[in-house]
Amino acid sequence: MSIRSSLLPAGTPRVAFWMIVLNESRISRRLPLGLLTGVALPTLLLVIIGSKPGYRDPSKVLGGLSEFNAYVPIFLAMVIAALAFYGLPVPLAVYRDQGILRRLSVTPVPPAWVLAAQLVLNVSFAVLELILLLIVAMTGFGVTAPKSAGGLVLALVLSIAGIFAIGLWVSAIARLRTAGLLAALCFFPLMFFAGLFLPRAEMPRALLDISNFTPLGAAVQAIQSALLDGFPPIEPLLVLPAYAVVFAALAVRFFRWE
Amino acid sequence: MNAAPAIEVSHLYKSYQGTIAVDDVSFDVAPGEIFGLIGPNGAGKTTMIECVLGLRSPDSGRVRVLGLDPDADRERLHQIVGAQLQQSALPGLLKVGEILGLYRSFYQNPADAGELLGVLGLAGKLKKRYMSLSGGQQQRLSIALALIGRPEVALLDEMTTGLDPQARRDTSDLIAAVRDRGTTIVLVTHYMEEAERLCDRVAVIDRGRIVATGSPAGLAQRAGGSRQVRFVPSGPFDDQLLTRLPEVAGVVRNGRQVVVSGSGDLVSAVIAALTLAGLAAREVTMESATLEDAYLRLTERGPHNGGAVSRQ
Repeated sequence: MSIRSSLLPAGTPRVAFWMIVLNESRISRRLPLGLLTGVALPTLLLVIIGSKPGYRDPSKVLGGLSEFNAYVPIFLAMVIAALAFYGLPVPLAVYRDQGILRRLSVTPVPPAWVLAAQLVLNVSFAVLELILLLIVAMTGFGVTAPKSAGGLVLALVLSIAGIFAIGLWVSAIARLRTAGLLAALCFFPLMFFAGLFLPRAEMPRALLDISNFTPLGAAVQAIQSALLDGFPPIEPLLVLPAYAVVFAALAVRFFRWE
Repeated sequence: MNAAPAIEVSHLYKSYQGTIAVDDVSFDVAPGEIFGLIGPNGAGKTTMIECVLGLRSPDSGRVRVLGLDPDADRERLHQIVGAQLQQSALPGLLKVGEILGLYRSFYQNPADAGELLGVLGLAGKLKKRYMSLSGGQQQRLSIALALIGRPEVALLDEMTTGLDPQARRDTSDLIAAVRDRGTTIVLVTHYMEEAERLCDRVAVIDRGRIVATGSPAGLAQRAGGSRQVRFVPSGPFDDQLLTRLPEVAGVVRNGRQVVVSGSGDLVSAVIAALTLAGLAAREVTMESATLEDAYLRLTERGPHNGGAVSRQ
């Protein structure tokens, strides 16, 4: 079976895909866990950190950057990571566990469509939340407009592609028992390299080199340069699509209905 | 039979980690036929269905459904085959109407949802969430979804398990009507009277093998021997009056009632003998061999070693 016929079978009406997306969005409206943790929580964290005294003063260690400014790219990356590693795989693991995917497996819908529908939904949430976060940071906490708006959009798009592809791979293989663990194993180490616990500006050289090759490290590197310096350097713009291609292929290859 | 079979299974073999689930099974289902699979739990019926649907790859053997190989042509197959599976569910937060709309969108020429829901007694439930339906209602919705794509072949794995007798009867009628429109149907069931009423042919499955195939009446007849007459005699008589008849195999007294088992033209012989002795028989009931008798004989287990004791 070719990739093309397994992704776009001739007999299945294309409208079926959008019906899956529509119904998934109904479910997330009725049980807005993903919306709350992926969208509301990062905004809340940003507001809390931004309101802490001293966080918005320039810091010597961070090369004149305020702590808050350093955290904005990390939060942007965290939004993407939370939705990709938790928002995407957990519902699919529940569907697999309950036999909902088993039922779908005897319809003309290809497995890739179920993954893709969840992807469309969670990427939409991520885009909404990224916009919301940027607006809150700029209007509420005096973060200056990005140096390179086009660079920022490109950095965010590539970050979404690279990080969500890893989330897709987790979704494809996770069981209900392992979904939370796999998500945490991706989320926390990768957030460390993004600088959540130790800002990248304070990382030793070797650690920073590793960070640049991790998906979230590359995302923060690209987003931060677009916000503060101008068009991002080429390395992260190559690292992120590489993750996207490899993990998307793994996801389609290893997807299990049950 | 001129037409090519709708389903062909030949020498199907499937094992899981050394346990043989399906052991060299072959059968054909003709277009428009209702074919039943009956057998004890764990006999391999569901695995056979799963191989026919392409959910599992056989270790060896050949399966064709409407000429398609389920392993290689999954999406095309599922466009024309509807299925109702065990251990499957639907999203609890979606409403019945939303689920039907979703599943209708998967097919090129879907059936009218309203008509299906009416027959299945779900017409008033469109706005109810799946999780708030009763078990029987969920089961009926899953039957509706198996039929919503106007399938040429429908595979129904224990479609009536968990339904009350009225719903079971209504579902049977629906299946008969769907067949009358030309759909080929394979059903797995534990209800022998359902198999007797609906199926043109049944296969009795035991330990991964087909131990008998035939029409329900034919299988019942082959099981033979278990005909019974029950009556209340108008007066006392000696058992010998009946036991010396060639048709009679045994006489058991059950309070006032006499139970005579045997074969051949048992009723006439018993009544004639009683009449000759000046007695009348009241409250006469007869039981002839049923599919259930055939099933129980064919799948009988020895009491000690668990081995089959009678297989013809």
